Amino acid sequence: MAATWTPDQPIVQCVDVRKSFGALEVLKGISLSVRKGEVICIIGPSGSGKSTLIRCINALQPISSGSIQIEGIEVSDPRLDKLALRRKVGMVFQQYNLFPHKTALQNVMMAPIHVLGQKRPEVEARARALLAKVRLAGKEDTYPGELSGGQQQRVAIARSLAMRPDIMLFDEVTAALDPETVKEVLVTIRELAEDGMTCLLVTHEMNFAREVADHVYFTDRGVIVEHGPPETLFTAATDERTQRFLSQVL
Amino acid sequence: MKTAGSGNRLAVLLPYRPAPARMSVRIGPLPAAILCFCAIMAASTAWAQAGPTMLSPLQVIVKWSPLLLRGFVFNIAISLLAMLLGTVAGLGLGLALLSESRLLAAVSWLITQFFRNAPWLVLLFFVMFLVPFQVTLFKTTIPLPDWIKATVGFALPVMANVAEVVRGAVRSIPSTQWEAAESLSFTRRQTMWLIMLPQCIKRMLPPWMNIYALVAMSTVLASIVGVSEMLTLTAQVHAAEGGRPELFAPLYGFALLCFFLYCYPINLWTARLERRFRVR
Ligand SMILES: Nc1ncnc2c1ncn2[C@@H]1O[C@H](COP(=O)(O)OP(=O)(O)O)[C@@H](O)[C@H]1O
Ligand SMILES: [Mg+2]
Repeated sequence: MAATWTPDQPIVQCVDVRKSFGALEVLKGISLSVRKGEVICIIGPSGSGKSTLIRCINALQPISSGSIQIEGIEVSDPRLDKLALRRKVGMVFQQYNLFPHKTALQNVMMAPIHVLGQKRPEVEARARALLAKVRLAGKEDTYPGELSGGQQQRVAIARSLAMRPDIMLFDEVTAALDPETVKEVLVTIRELAEDGMTCLLVTHEMNFAREVADHVYFTDRGVIVEHGPPETLFTAATDERTQRFLSQVL
Repeated sequence: MKTAGSGNRLAVLLPYRPAPARMSVRIGPLPAAILCFCAIMAASTAWAQAGPTMLSPLQVIVKWSPLLLRGFVFNIAISLLAMLLGTVAGLGLGLALLSESRLLAAVSWLITQFFRNAPWLVLLFFVMFLVPFQVTLFKTTIPLPDWIKATVGFALPVMANVAEVVRGAVRSIPSTQWEAAESLSFTRRQTMWLIMLPQCIKRMLPPWMNIYALVAMSTVLASIVGVSEMLTLTAQVHAAEGGRPELFAPLYGFALLCFFLYCYPINLWTARLERRFRVR
């Protein structure tokens, strides 16, 4: 399967993905695809299963049925090498989840050194460059506890990028931030998108989605209600649920 | 020997909690020193009435203190060695408790509960009488003196309590740390050693030191099984001095004082660390 995948095919391909927690069906047949270099935004009310979908794509949670393929690799395959899969997929969380006992620089360097077995000087140079890129030059030796939320989130982004993933997943990464610091994180993501990184974002920042996304999916209670390019979805939504949601958040 | 029996306050450890209850009774160092001093003085008065031909209790203590202190150093050595053994084994057992393998976790849970809930003296007896006095490995005979066996006897409950401390500390780390590590492709083992345990050290330190203070005090139990540690020597000194009743309090008071002066700073320091880590 992996052998048949070519870069012109979608990096992520979800087909009729279902996921239940006990009797509660959280994802009720989700199909979407992400192509190389695309920025895809998922919007929708809370509890609609957005985080669950993102976590399933990263194999942090198993799916109940359907199929998720990352570069042609089936995520629900029981023989899946999860670690190999996750090396292709970067993930940034709402609560940053930095390692509190390591400095910003060490946070970025850890995985390439210990997971990929790369040489320390090479990794350090790259980590410093990444921190500079997310505008944190000078904060290399600072511990997460002494950084603001926005700064921590940018370290988390740099930490994921250090693994050189093919796609980045963002799960409401600005939801826990102060309004002033939201912007600095969004700018970072936008620059990343402009550099050609493939991004799948769950977000509540509608302006960001409108300006940066190539395609927007609106989800509600485990289904994709409507999707399309942002200019269409934000101005000419056809479904009543989408209209109601957008009228609340815009 | 019978006198030593009265010292068998069996140390029992509370289960680990992120903010463990302090279990030591707080006596200021000054009142304690005064107490010991009074005991010695009272005995001296008794001696003054007994007659001038005998050594005063203070003289007896001074005369025997090199021997008694050597015994005390032996107690400390046993406690340090037991702590070392118990900590290494306890770390292993604690990691087994956290294992993904159900069987391994269940077996180590049983072991932990067994050794945590057995009186230390009973464990000591078991090790003393079940382990032979020597073992033959590859045709070389290694003697196992009593004090080594006693050390192992103390290391067992240390192991179980350290395991519980490790388990509790790792569990208290938010699951989001596991997720972050997982999403960066760290293996479970790497996550444990590079991310979980280093974060735990701070929270493990106070309960670990607490265990140590209890072990240090419990080493006198070894006198019951004939190890020549301080309490055994104290009893022998008492006998050598004719078993005079007025020497009882000063001699055992001296032992008390030694242990107090050793354990009290440890407890003080533990409490300080606890307070410091709690505000973080
Ligand atoms: N591990 C879990 N166990 C049980 N229910 C869960 C779990 N994770 C999420 N859910 C439930 O799934 C639903 C969707 O959650 P989530 O994916 O977090 O939604 P969203 O990110 O869109 O707000 C919620 O009703 C939530 O309670
Ligand atoms: Mg969510």
